[in-house]
Amino acid sequence: MAPVGQACLILALATCAYGIGASLYGARVGRRDWVASGRRSVYGLALLTSAAFAVLELAFLRSDFHFNVVATHSSTTTPAFYKAAAAWSSQEGSLLLWVWLLSLWSSLVLFLVRRRLRDVAPYATAVLLGFGAFFTALLVFKVSPFGTVASAPPEGSGLNPLLRHPSMMIHPPMLYSGYTLWAVPFAFAIGALVVRRVDADWIRATRRFALAAWFFLGIGILLGARWSYSELGWGGYWAWDPVENASLLPWLTGTAFLHSVMVQEKRGMLKVWNVSLILATGTLAVLGTFLVRSGILDSIHAFGASTLGVPFVSLIAAMIAGSVYLVVSRRAALRSEHRLDSLLSREAAFLGNNLVLVGLAFVVFWGTFFPLISEALTGTKAAVGPPWFNRYTVPLALVLVLLSGIGPVIAWRRATLANARRNFLRPATGALVVLVALLAFGVTGSVTALIMFVCASFVVGVLGQELWRGVGARRAMTSEGPARALINLVKRNRRRYGGYTVHLGMAVLFVGVAASSAFQHARDVRLVPRQTASVGGYQITYVRPTARVVDRDGVVERIALGAVLDVRKDGHEVGRLHTERGYYPSAAPFASGGLVRGLFEGEATSEVGMKAGLLRDVWTVIQPDPEYLSKVIAGVADRTADKPVAQQEKAVGGLIGVYQRGVFPAQFRLLVSPLVAWIWLGGLIVFAGGLIALWPAPDAARSRVRAGYAARVAQDLDRA
Amino acid sequence: MDPSRKRRIRLVVALTAALLLAGALVYTSFSASSPAVQPSRLLASADSGRSYQLTGKVVDGSIEKRGNATLFRVRDRDGRASVPVRYVGAVPDPFKNGREVIVTVRKSGGLFVGEKDSLVTKCPSKFTDKPAAQS
Amino acid sequence: MDVLAPLIVIALLGVVVWLVSGPLRTGAGAADEAEGARRDDLEAAKEAKYREIRDAELDYRTGKLSQDDWRALDRELRAEAMDLLRRLDELG
Repeated sequence: MAPVGQACLILALATCAYGIGASLYGARVGRRDWVASGRRSVYGLALLTSAAFAVLELAFLRSDFHFNVVATHSSTTTPAFYKAAAAWSSQEGSLLLWVWLLSLWSSLVLFLVRRRLRDVAPYATAVLLGFGAFFTALLVFKVSPFGTVASAPPEGSGLNPLLRHPSMMIHPPMLYSGYTLWAVPFAFAIGALVVRRVDADWIRATRRFALAAWFFLGIGILLGARWSYSELGWGGYWAWDPVENASLLPWLTGTAFLHSVMVQEKRGMLKVWNVSLILATGTLAVLGTFLVRSGILDSIHAFGASTLGVPFVSLIAAMIAGSVYLVVSRRAALRSEHRLDSLLSREAAFLGNNLVLVGLAFVVFWGTFFPLISEALTGTKAAVGPPWFNRYTVPLALVLVLLSGIGPVIAWRRATLANARRNFLRPATGALVVLVALLAFGVTGSVTALIMFVCASFVVGVLGQELWRGVGARRAMTSEGPARALINLVKRNRRRYGGYTVHLGMAVLFVGVAASSAFQHARDVRLVPRQTASVGGYQITYVRPTARVVDRDGVVERIALGAVLDVRKDGHEVGRLHTERGYYPSAAPFASGGLVRGLFEGEATSEVGMKAGLLRDVWTVIQPDPEYLSKVIAGVADRTADKPVAQQEKAVGGLIGVYQRGVFPAQFRLLVSPLVAWIWLGGLIVFAGGLIALWPAPDAARSRVRAGYAARVAQDLDRA
Repeated sequence: MDPSRKRRIRLVVALTAALLLAGALVYTSFSASSPAVQPSRLLASADSGRSYQLTGKVVDGSIEKRGNATLFRVRDRDGRASVPVRYVGAVPDPFKNGREVIVTVRKSGGLFVGEKDSLVTKCPSKFTDKPAAQS
Repeated sequence: MDVLAPLIVIALLGVVVWLVSGPLRTGAGAADEAEGARRDDLEAAKEAKYREIRDAELDYRTGKLSQDDWRALDRELRAEAMDLLRRLDELG
């Protein structure tokens, strides 16, 4: 079936080329049939890439090792879910996923706007197909997923055990959905600029896609952070690693864009700013896609240098050059209809929000690319670490949260003192009360965390007040009960209240980040069984070692050595932690000197032991002392290396027994982090808000038509 | 003051502030950064007390645990020159012989001492064009 | 498998060609479609204008706009909406 997949990709490339030509020709000579044909090429692209993706997935699910990618990224012992997801853990598969998702959203948006934006749509189609052509060309000419070998190896290399976690498998599709969805407003912005139709129409048409892009990209980023915290052995959720940053950049500029378009819709301002933002976001999305596979920056994720550098850099350069040219040459059409009347206005607050977000993006960009910048400027490659990032992003984050409380309630055009008093007095007082309470409770030690808590309280106060007043206003107009009024209020003003929910979620999230960063207790200790360590007010006792063999279908998947820990606070039992270190056998266990030795020479992963709670997480990982371990292993391994397999497997069992009964010291990293759960909780609230804002409004036209008929009936009855 | 003059002043103030902040950012990035070097560079010239971001591969067989410290050697990605490193604390999961690592170190006598929590081990290569080597 | 593969490819090629050439074969009713397109654009603008009017009222009722400001804004927005309705009616 591989030739089918390959043929699909070649056909896809041809379809893209045709579609670009048809759309541009149709736009130039005003022939709607050619434009329609170009639009249908996008549907054709979706069909073909779906077929190609299906071929690839089938190969993975059937463990068809004739396919190179399957042999190198999967194995017969990989569980089915991870087999399916292994498709995009490869370079080729991930690029195919990217273009497949792009084709789906492009088809959707072009179908939805097929009768609108007649002048803009053909150019948008051409841009989207341009991306399609780029990625399919890469797949056809450079990195094909459908390369095969004549004789399939009996077993594949398998999926890296670090990636065998549900979050890690959903993380790439979420990120790629985000990246590819940004291509939609990007393409329409280009189209709008080309035909000089830069009022809010193109924004309205692509708004849901921009919001969906923001939504999925955010989920992807948060999933990565959650995975890092609960699966990796360092206990943190964000390391300012270049690839993490690369995904954050388009999210930051995209968030700015979602806000600033509201100003353009309301007041016809910031047109240049808006198009520049979305063009930058689209470019950063492609940059993010490129960075993870480029090897140009030292990162935990940088998966080696690849030959795709030149094509990607060329694409990014073309996007930047094209964007700059279009914005500069169309600047007359992009003139604002109104001006900023006052610095105390919603326009100004939105502008402030944008400046902060773009500032954050600039800081992250600078820090991420600093090794390349410094090498270009000084000849030495130098890197900045998390402390530098935190120094600038923390104050900006504080301002951002504060603005998210001010923005929703400050008046458009010009805020008066009366207006300010009406809207800010109560929330500000509330925030002050919170400040006093926190100080009274002894929450000192970090000024920035305290400021964040106060700002977040302010935001919560503002949002609560907004909801209260909104419900009140609705009840005054319709005499509904409070619950019904609330539901209808949100239903009929989805964008507004969805947005408020997002702000609430972000406030909660930032409180979690502030608390877990500023007030974390961490200790690295070496314990023997029955020993206790004290961390952050908790007493943690190493109760006993654990050891087990995990096998799948009769084959040893890993041997897990761990410990049970007892957690107490003030004498009360809080819970038990179970943490393990899993040792996966190397790919050729018997070659390296027997099964026993081979078991400890493959990958090792940590199973985090965690007691999560609303107020704090107690977190631990174990590192069994290698010196002790190697003595035991060596003894057993040497004695059994030449013995038959069955005996070697028995020896492994014996090893388990020895570990369980022994008094093995182990290294533990112990963390007590307050309010980490608030980060995930805040994230959930943010996404709920995003869903509310995304949800299509009820079909207003239909209900109005019915109301019209009802009115006519009433009229006729009156007359009769 | 007429509105357009007010606007121009606002613009100038804003731009100046932005430039100053950007300038501060750029300046501190140069002073807060550690040069990224390979072991051969470090061997050639390393200032005591200055922190460097060392990148390279773990030399096979060089990993040794002493209490809660790990001693190992890091060599050039394509080369033999290697330096000894002493790192206190938990090492990342993928840390093994032959893995690519990034660690911030300071020269101290004949050793390079790693900064806490700065040891990063790269996930083994996925997106390469070469077929996966036997791991 | 050997015969199936080319057949599938040819089938897909056929579907795509048929899909893409559709508008060219029927020569899409250009005139009507142009009408429909302008109507859809105006409809979308009208919906957006209605939402603005409702938003403004909500802003006023939750204390973010003074009564005078709201009345002025409401008048302005309604005038714009009426203009959109007029243009829609002109289209027939």
